[in-house]
Amino acid sequence: MQNSVEIKNLDLQFGAVKVLQNLNLEIGKGEFLVLLGSSGCGKSTLLNCIAGLLDVSGGQIHINDRNVTWAEPSDRGIGMVFQSYALYPQMTVEGNLSFGLKNAKLPKPEIAKRIKHASEVLQIEPLLKRKPAALSGGQRQRVAIGRALVRDVDVFLFDEPLSNLDAKLRADLRVEIKRLHHKLQNTMIYVTHDQIEAMTLADRIAIMRGGQIMQLGSPDEIYGQPINKYVADFIGSPSMNFLEGNIKNGTFEMGELSIPLDGYEFGDTGAATEGAATMGIRPEHVVTGELVESTPFQVDVEVNLIEPTGSDTLVDCEVAGHHFRVRMDGQSRVSVGEKLRLGFAPARASLFDAKTELRL
Amino acid sequence: MSSTRPNQLFRNISSKIAAIPMIVTALFVFVGGTIWTVVYSFTNSGLLPRLQWVGLDQYERLWATRKWLISIENLAIYGLCMLVLVFVIGFILAALIDQKIRFEDTIRTVILYPYALSFVVTGLVWQWMLNPEFGVQKVVRGWGWESFTFDPLYSADIAIYGVLIAGIWQGSGLVMVLMLAGLRGIDQDVWKASRVDGIPTWKAYIFVIIPMMRPVFVTTLVIVVTGIVKIYDLIVAQTGGGPGISTEVPAKYVYDMMFQANNLGQGFAASTMMLVTVALIVIPWAILEFGGSKHRD
Amino acid sequence: MIDTTSAPLTGPQGPKPRKPFSRRNIFLYGTLITIALFYALPLYVMFVTSLKGMPEIRLGNVFSPPLEVTFQPWVKAWSEACTGLTCNGLSTGFWNSVQITIPSVILSIIIASVNGYALSNWKFKGADAFFTILIFGAFIPYQVMLYPIVIMLREVGLYGSLGGLVLVHTVFGMPILTLLFRNYFTSLPEELFKAARVDGAGFWAIYAKVMVPMSLPIFTVAVILQVTGIWNDFLFGVVYTSPDNYPMTVSLNNIVNSTQGVKEYNVNMAATILTGLVPLSIYFVSGRLFVRGIAAGAVKG
Repeated sequence: MQNSVEIKNLDLQFGAVKVLQNLNLEIGKGEFLVLLGSSGCGKSTLLNCIAGLLDVSGGQIHINDRNVTWAEPSDRGIGMVFQSYALYPQMTVEGNLSFGLKNAKLPKPEIAKRIKHASEVLQIEPLLKRKPAALSGGQRQRVAIGRALVRDVDVFLFDEPLSNLDAKLRADLRVEIKRLHHKLQNTMIYVTHDQIEAMTLADRIAIMRGGQIMQLGSPDEIYGQPINKYVADFIGSPSMNFLEGNIKNGTFEMGELSIPLDGYEFGDTGAATEGAATMGIRPEHVVTGELVESTPFQVDVEVNLIEPTGSDTLVDCEVAGHHFRVRMDGQSRVSVGEKLRLGFAPARASLFDAKTELRL
Repeated sequence: MSSTRPNQLFRNISSKIAAIPMIVTALFVFVGGTIWTVVYSFTNSGLLPRLQWVGLDQYERLWATRKWLISIENLAIYGLCMLVLVFVIGFILAALIDQKIRFEDTIRTVILYPYALSFVVTGLVWQWMLNPEFGVQKVVRGWGWESFTFDPLYSADIAIYGVLIAGIWQGSGLVMVLMLAGLRGIDQDVWKASRVDGIPTWKAYIFVIIPMMRPVFVTTLVIVVTGIVKIYDLIVAQTGGGPGISTEVPAKYVYDMMFQANNLGQGFAASTMMLVTVALIVIPWAILEFGGSKHRD
Repeated sequence: MIDTTSAPLTGPQGPKPRKPFSRRNIFLYGTLITIALFYALPLYVMFVTSLKGMPEIRLGNVFSPPLEVTFQPWVKAWSEACTGLTCNGLSTGFWNSVQITIPSVILSIIIASVNGYALSNWKFKGADAFFTILIFGAFIPYQVMLYPIVIMLREVGLYGSLGGLVLVHTVFGMPILTLLFRNYFTSLPEELFKAARVDGAGFWAIYAKVMVPMSLPIFTVAVILQVTGIWNDFLFGVVYTSPDNYPMTVSLNNIVNSTQGVKEYNVNMAATILTGLVPLSIYFVSGRLFVRGIAAGAVKG
C-alpha cells in the first residue's frame, strides 16, 4: 500500500528534554489517524513536526513519498486546522480562504473556483462576506477547515479542533468531520485528548505517552486488546476494573477467588504464563441477573454505591478487596446494601504482567 | 440592589467612605480645577486671580504672541516627528525582539532604561552629548572629518530636533514594551496558520498582525500624544527654551506666564488651549473605544 | 510500544541546517546591537565624564574612558555644587526627595488600593461615574490644574511645604493606581470574596486579611511605578515647594543650568547620575516587574 505520510526515527528535543523519541509511523492514503493521549504526551508536538512548524532533532518525515524534513510548511502539501481556529480576524471569510492562494500567485478564476467548492462542501456560502467576529464557534471552525480545504492538498492536520466548542456542538461537528472525510477521502491526522472523538472518527488510533506511541491500532483493537495497562486504563469510560493476583495452572488466583482462564487468548507465547499479574475487565463486560448463569466466573458482592446516568446505572462494589464497577442497564433497580451476583467471561478480560504491565 | 431598603445612604457605607478620596479628587481637583481655570481664562487676572471679565481678550493676545505661536509650531513639529518615529522605532524593535532572539532580556533592559530616568536627567545628558565643543561634533571632527557640524542645540532653526533626539531616546522604549506586549498577546496559532498558508513574515505582519493589534496601537497613541502635549521638563533642562525662544513649548509658556510673568490670565488661556488639544484626541478615542464596545460584545 | 527498525535513512534528516551567520541573523542582531549601543551610549558618556578632571574633558573626547579616575566631581556634586548663592550640592535635594517620595508612595498606594478594592468588590451607585471622571482626569494636562491647586494648598496652609507636595503626588497618582488595583482585584476569584463574606468578614477585614496578602505583586508594581514617577517629577516640585524644599530634580537643574561661574561638566554629569541613580537602581533590580507595571498601566487602560 502506498503511504501518504511516513515518519522515520523521529526525534525532537528542547535542550535536554526529549519530547519525541525515535518515533516511527506510517499513515496510509485516505486514512483517518487519531493521535490520542493526555496533555504533555507529545501528540500536538508530533503534529507540528509533520506540519513543519517545529524543526525536528533527528529522523525524517515523508509526505506523498517526498522527503519534506527540511521543507517549509507551505511546501509540504498539508492543510492545518487549529484549536483556536486562528482565523485572520480583520479579513472576511473569503479573505481568509483566499489569502494564502493569492500569495501563492494562483490565477483569480482558480481561486474563485476553489473557494466556491470549499464553501459548498462546508455550507458556508452565506458567510463569505462576514468577518470571523460575526461568526459562531461552529461556523469559525468550518471556515478554518475551509482554509485547509482550498489549499487542495492530500493531507489534513487537525490540532484539537473541537476543544473550544461546547459539548453539543462538538458532537455535531464530529459527525461532520467524519462525513467530510468520507466525501474527500483525504488523509487526515487528528490530535485529540477526547477518547470519544478518537473512537468515533479514527480508522486507526495511536495512543501516545511520554513522546512515544504506546499502541497503534483500530479502535476495536485498542478497546478490546489494549497492549498494556496504561492503554487499558486510558481508554474506556468508566475505566477498566483491575484485579491483582497470580496466574497458576491456567487460573487467575486472587485470595480465595480463582478465575479460570479458559478462552483467554494469550499473546506471543500462546500459553499461560505463571506469576503475578493484573486482570482487567471493563464494567460493561460484567453481567448480572439471569445472564450470570452462562458465565465461567461468578461472584457475590454487596452494592456500595449506585450512580445512575440515565442510560446506564453504574454499580460500585468490592471484589476480593478491589474497587469494582459494573455497568448495568439504566432500567435496573438496585439499591445500596443489596446483594448482587456478578459474572464475566475471561475471554473478554485482559491480563497484564504485574511488573512490566504489558499484555500477556 | 434593592430599593426598598430604608437607609439607602448607609448601605455599603464603608465602601463609600473608602471612595471619598477618589470622589474629592475627581470632583474638586479634576472637574473643579479644570472649570475654574477655564472660567478664569476669560478674566484679566494678573498677579492674583480676579473675576473681571474681558471676554476673549486673553485668547486674542495669546494668538498674537510670537512666543506662543513658536510654542505651538514646536509642539507640532516635535509631536508629529516624535509620534511617527517613536511608533516606527518602537514597533520595529518589538518585532525584532519577538523573533525568539538570544539575550532578549538584556536588549530590552538597555532599550527601556531611559524611560526610568527623569526628563531632567535626559535633557541634561543630551545637552552634554550635543554640546558642539565637547560632544558628538567634536568626536567626529577628531576622527578627521573637520567640517562635520552637528550642533542642533545651538542653532535656532533646528534646536527642536535636538530635543527630539532626547525625546525619542527616552520614549521609544515604552512604545517597544507596549508593542511587544501586544505581539506576545497574539495567538501563536495565527502565526502557524500564516506559515502553513505560505505567507512571508513581513506580509504576515502588515496584513494580519498589525490589524490585530489595533487596540494596542490606539492605546499607545493616546499615551504618547498626551505625553507629548505635557512636554515641559525636558525643554527646561535641555535648552531652557533657547536659543532665544526657539524651543519654547506650550507647557512652558503656561508656567512662565503664571509663575514668572505674573500674567495668570495668559497662563489660564494657554492651558485651556492645551486642554482643548488633548480633548480633541481623547474624546474621539473614548467614544470609539468605550462607546462602541456595547455593540461589539 | 511500536518499534520498527527500518533501513538507514538517506536524504535530508534531522534539523534543517541553518547557518549561524545567515543574512537574517546578521540583519537582526546587527540592528539590535546598533540600537542598543545608541541607547546605552549616554549612560556611558555620563559615567566617564563624571570620572574625568576638567583639563582632560577639554582636551579629550567624550567617549574615551578617563585616563585618570577622580571621584572629586562626585563629592563636589553631592555636597559643594552651587545653585545661585547656596553651595550645598545635591544632598539637600536628595533628602528632600526622600522626604517627599516615601510618604507620597505610602499614602497614594493605601488610598488607591482601598479605592480599587471598593470599586471592584463593593460597587455602590455612582461609583463608576466617579471612576470614569478620575480616569479622564489622568489625561487633563497638569497645567490646567496647576493654579487651582495652588489656591487649595494656600487655603489649607500647605503651599510651599513638603506636605503639600505629598498631597499633590497622592492626588495625581490616584487615577493610574486606582485603575491598576481595580483591575487586579477584579481578576481575583470572586468566590474568595464571597467566602469571606459568608464567614462574616466586613469591608476592612476582607481588605486587610484576604485581599492585601494576595496582592503582593501588584503592590510591588505600584511601589515601583510611584517611586520612579515621584522621584522623577520636576513640575510639581518647582511649582508647589519653596527653594529650601526643592526635590532633587529641581536642584539638579538649578546646579547644571545656573549661569554663574565656569561650567564644570564633570560635576554636572556626576550630579545627573546621582539624580538618576534611584530610579535606575529600581529599574535594574525590578526588571520584569517594572515592565509589567507600565504594560499593565498602559495597555489595560
